[in-house]
Amino acid sequence: MKVWHFSEMAYHPAWPQLGDSYRVIIPNRLFDPKIGADLYHRYLDEWALCDELGINIMTNEHHATATCADSVCTIPMAILARETKRVRLLALGMPIGNRNDPIRVAEEYSMLDVISRGRIEMGFVKGVPFEIAPANTNPADLVGRFWEAHDLILKAMTSHDGPFNWEGTHFQYRQVNVWPRPWQQPHPPVWMPVGSSGSAMEAAERGMTIGVLNTGWVRTPPIFEAYRRKAAEVGRPITPQRLAYMALIGVGDTREEGWRRADQILGYSRTSGIVAPQFMNPPGYASPVQSAQAIKTSGAGFRAGRIQSRSGRNIDPRTMTVEDAIEAGLVFAGTPDDVFAQLHAFHAHVGGFGHLLMMGQGGLLDHDETVANLTLFSKEVLPRVENLAVM
Amino acid sequence: MERIQINEVSVELLTTGHGPPLLFLHGGDYFAQHREFFDRLARHWRVVVPRHPGFGNSERTDGFRTVHDLAYLYLDLLERHNFGKATLVGSSLGGWIALETCVRCLERIDRLVLIDSVGVKFGGREERDIADIYALPSEELLRRSFFEPACAAPDYARLSDDELTSVARDRQATALYAWRPYMHDPGLRQWLHRVRVPTLVIWGENDGIVSPDYGRKLCRLLPNARFESICEAGHYPQIERPDQVAAAIERFARMEVL
Repeated sequence: MKVWHFSEMAYHPAWPQLGDSYRVIIPNRLFDPKIGADLYHRYLDEWALCDELGINIMTNEHHATATCADSVCTIPMAILARETKRVRLLALGMPIGNRNDPIRVAEEYSMLDVISRGRIEMGFVKGVPFEIAPANTNPADLVGRFWEAHDLILKAMTSHDGPFNWEGTHFQYRQVNVWPRPWQQPHPPVWMPVGSSGSAMEAAERGMTIGVLNTGWVRTPPIFEAYRRKAAEVGRPITPQRLAYMALIGVGDTREEGWRRADQILGYSRTSGIVAPQFMNPPGYASPVQSAQAIKTSGAGFRAGRIQSRSGRNIDPRTMTVEDAIEAGLVFAGTPDDVFAQLHAFHAHVGGFGHLLMMGQGGLLDHDETVANLTLFSKEVLPRVENLAVM
Repeated sequence: MERIQINEVSVELLTTGHGPPLLFLHGGDYFAQHREFFDRLARHWRVVVPRHPGFGNSERTDGFRTVHDLAYLYLDLLERHNFGKATLVGSSLGGWIALETCVRCLERIDRLVLIDSVGVKFGGREERDIADIYALPSEELLRRSFFEPACAAPDYARLSDDELTSVARDRQATALYAWRPYMHDPGLRQWLHRVRVPTLVIWGENDGIVSPDYGRKLCRLLPNARFESICEAGHYPQIERPDQVAAAIERFARMEVL
């Protein structure tokens, strides 16, 4: 199994001042560039450390939010492409249905792949509903735009004989000719985050790797199963290397220390869903049947029930404890033995996966604690996890 | 509701009443709240109400992406169904569709009624002529939409799943046609001089989505239009004051062509 360290580069100093929305409408005067600079450098240092520890790197992006100050996922990738030498670099990823220029995305990923000498893995994301307002993209045809952008980017990265024509529904170019071409052939591995069986099947049809993010003990197995079933149906090899799971991880020399770290990382889960309800369900983002339920509850119910305990009880992410989160399969925490045991059990429960997307920093976990968390993980857990690949 | 086939697309159509034809183009939301208004109109007109492609149970083919496509659809509808000359009435998004229809062809349209219409932008790039309904908290959206939200707005908790799904479908289709540029066509304003039919611009005095001032500006750009405001009504005066709006349309219909 491969392990990737992920941080949202949170700007947590603003959190106490944000009220009932951590996204979209919060004024950026609450961002102090001097504190922000220190935080960016700190998070980059932690990723650079991963190169020494043998942990791969994952970035993401969100917009108009203090929960994730990484608003351009390829910027840390660009810095790390040169600063690191060994590990692989995954952006999970680029919201291509919300970006107006897919060719620019192909150029960014290709250039990164060449500079890193072939260490890039490229994620394409549809984006959470509250990304619609900052991008002002039409939510009612997001899915069509996403897949057209995906097709165009891959064609642009794999065409090497001069310009081609693209006059699609959403994007029109008459001279597509991306320089440089990527290092990896035919193109870097393609990922997509997935939160439902339907999306898992779309990814399986195309052989993409799916990142299933913090869906826990109850929701994860049907998603992985849908992927395996669809892959078999279309005749693609069924391999754990196409399946990834993201969990929050706190390791310590003692169980208390591991739990304390996990509790601070959980600041991510406790804040990332705090969004003014009018941005939670833009029209057409979800199907009319799903949206109908959101209308019924004035939006309040739309994302409720997403976190469930093993027994199916709904867990409120804002008040979730470490114990709740371990039980629900969102967090693996404690001593190295604890973490491995929890991970091992989860891995068996969901039928195996090839990538662990480890949130080793989140929320309020500070630099020294993050370094200790990552270092202990790499020494004591990583060697055992690497052998957990195939089932 | 009956269904009719217009070109490639199957459209749901409500028809009620007897008399000269009146084609009503609905807005983005609150379709189910129009019954009283339609009944009132049906006393004097044969009221024809299509559900736009993508709304209600009307199909939407890939060809329908802009309000222009809707305008051509209704020109086809007017031509093929022997209405003779119809009174065209449009509310909100439907007003925009009606304007796009009229700038293209007036052959089958003898009068136009706009009710709290959108479709045109007057202000500068940093001014917002039309409230961003997608960014307003639900309470404020209701306050801006209705003079008395408690009387006019539906209680969503009491609607059936089918009714709610229909509302969700209407909102999805509205976004599809009107998301960007938001609720207007930057090119429309320069062609408004082509709307040469007698026009009545009706506005809810308390409209917090598009102000009466916007309505007056729109009225001034139409060559043959008069303005009438409706007291104690928001963005959908035909829902809150169906009698007054229907009476205003009746008076307008009886007026000699200017």
